[in-house]
Amino acid sequence: MFWLVGFVLLFVLPILNVLPAEDSWLHVSDFALNRFGKFLAFAILALGLDLIWGYAGILSLGQGVFFGIGAYCMGMHLMLTIGSQSVYGSALPDFMVWNQVTELPFFWKPFYSFSAAVLAGLLVPACFALIFGFLAFRSRIKGVYFAIITQALALMAWLVFNRNETNLGGTNGLTDFKTLLGFRLSDPGTQLALYVVTVLCLGGAYAMCRWIIASRAGRVLIAIRDSEQRVLFSGYSPATYKLFVFVVSAMLAGLAGILYVPQVGIITPAQMGVLPSLEMVVWVAVGGRATLVGAIVGAVGVNLGRSVLTNSFPELWPFFLGGLFVVVVLLFPDGVMGMARQVRGKFAERAARLPKSQAVEGEQT
Amino acid sequence: MTEHGSIIYLEGVTVDYDGFKALNNLNFIVNHRELRVVIGPNGAGKTTLLDVISGKTKPAAGRVIFGKDRDLMGMREYEITQLGIGRKFQAPSIYGNLSVWENLDLSLSRPSKGIFATLRGISTAAEREEIDRTLETIGLQEQVRKRAGSLSHGQKQWLEIGMVILQDPELLLVDEPVAGMTDEETEQTGRLLQSLAEKHAIIVIEHDMEFVRQIARIVTVLHEGTVICEGTVEKVQADDRVREIYLGRQKVAHG
Ligand SMILES: Nc1ncnc2c1ncn2[C@@H]1O[C@H](COP(=O)(O)OP(=O)(O)O)[C@@H](O)[C@H]1O
Ligand SMILES: [Mg+2]
Repeated sequence: MFWLVGFVLLFVLPILNVLPAEDSWLHVSDFALNRFGKFLAFAILALGLDLIWGYAGILSLGQGVFFGIGAYCMGMHLMLTIGSQSVYGSALPDFMVWNQVTELPFFWKPFYSFSAAVLAGLLVPACFALIFGFLAFRSRIKGVYFAIITQALALMAWLVFNRNETNLGGTNGLTDFKTLLGFRLSDPGTQLALYVVTVLCLGGAYAMCRWIIASRAGRVLIAIRDSEQRVLFSGYSPATYKLFVFVVSAMLAGLAGILYVPQVGIITPAQMGVLPSLEMVVWVAVGGRATLVGAIVGAVGVNLGRSVLTNSFPELWPFFLGGLFVVVVLLFPDGVMGMARQVRGKFAERAARLPKSQAVEGEQT
Repeated sequence: MTEHGSIIYLEGVTVDYDGFKALNNLNFIVNHRELRVVIGPNGAGKTTLLDVISGKTKPAAGRVIFGKDRDLMGMREYEITQLGIGRKFQAPSIYGNLSVWENLDLSLSRPSKGIFATLRGISTAAEREEIDRTLETIGLQEQVRKRAGSLSHGQKQWLEIGMVILQDPELLLVDEPVAGMTDEETEQTGRLLQSLAEKHAIIVIEHDMEFVRQIARIVTVLHEGTVICEGTVEKVQADDRVREIYLGRQKVAHG
């Protein structure tokens, strides 16, 4: 299944983009492929959220912050590569000229380098999660309290990034990017390459999450969700495990942000605040918690639904999203994957009347 | 008896809950390979005693020494566990979403229980054998792949006992193990505890006097956070104060 989906995403879709004539029904448009690339970037973030929420049972409402930091790191690099091709013809980003900033702020300087920008997009979220998580988990902040303080973090980040004094473009964010590593972002070929890189990153992220879950550490995470007290008395330090999974999820969110920016062409504080962070939780809930695959299905599915709906009824989306969340929580607590399991279970029930099943009953795989 | 010969040594321990003393200047000593039963009416402080030893509750005063000279005060629960103190809770405390095997595998004592060790770690043949042996001891071979949450109450109790055994502790703390068990299960549990006592020191908290008679060598009677009597079952049952407190309460409860 993994290889089949990988094959379709990595070869079939790009080939259908390049080969068939534009008017053929087989043709995947540049626009569609680009949109899909964005959804797959979101799926990487959703994997991290599933690790921490689905498996370890820790609800983080601050994933948008880590996503935003990753996105801004890449965005700053893209801003600097514009150079003097900008509207004002200055070496400084346009918004700085507009705000009468005369010299590049010190923290922008490392972002001339592409690799520094990518590294920062992964490591800054990781460090943030490390410090924040250390303080929270050490003082045994749990459950709804952790959710609330991570939400406060999202609100705070949104406020900080919105200020012009932060020198990150304020409300308008970073945009008007021209090139990435010398390739024009408006070229379909560049976008195709970005799509392929996103698929590869998603594959890598999925493999890493599977590996974590399959290890004994993965079982400790589930154990923490079941009974944190027992984990203490089995000789593990739950705080360490929570910190680990929080940092991993922050890095995956940062990676998603890095991949998002060149494909979408803009990043603003609106993408990293309280609401986007909540929406990310809905993706995982809809897809089905603690399955990894469900996180990907949910992220892609909800965003597909969103682009269909916002084309026709943009003002309805928030209601739809809220409704979806309520319905899933109340009626389908295991999401799409749970429904799939039920359907498969019905078939298996019929088949199982012959040989005795050896599978772990009710075990999540 | 000196503290050096003991596995656990409590001196002058006081636990204070906003002025209410759940343990009051308690002295308590258990020797190596001893099976000690602690009894006492509800609210006497029995569970609190285990909380103090296992690091869950920090006493306001007193000393808690493990083995020769290991001071447990100020240590965290998982550190105390790794030193060699295992705990079975009053209500079964297991991992409901993991299989019976995985519950036991997580509990098994290993040199490191840090994140990097568990990310890489695979079970060795010796470890799997040890888990198999424990499965036999607790009689859950048939249920090995089952979700632990789907076990019966008695099976959950036994699974938790198995988990504690696999931690290979020098000292086992067992809180009311037979609560909610059938007579037959109770007797099996009694035999299990007695066979465990050949290799480990055990502190068992129990209400059921018949069960106490089955397993006890020395009984400690706790009342209002202090030890009021200690000795053989016969001695304890003959003690006037114990009769007054313990049997008196029972009469009230029955009457
Ligand atoms: N966390 C707590 N806060 C306040 N009082 C407590 C707490 N834990 C236990 N107590 C009180 O301490 C006393 C002893 O409790 P416990 O050790 O559980 O008794 P038992 O002997 O029945 O196990 C009880 O009166 C109980 O109400
Ligand atoms: Mg109790």
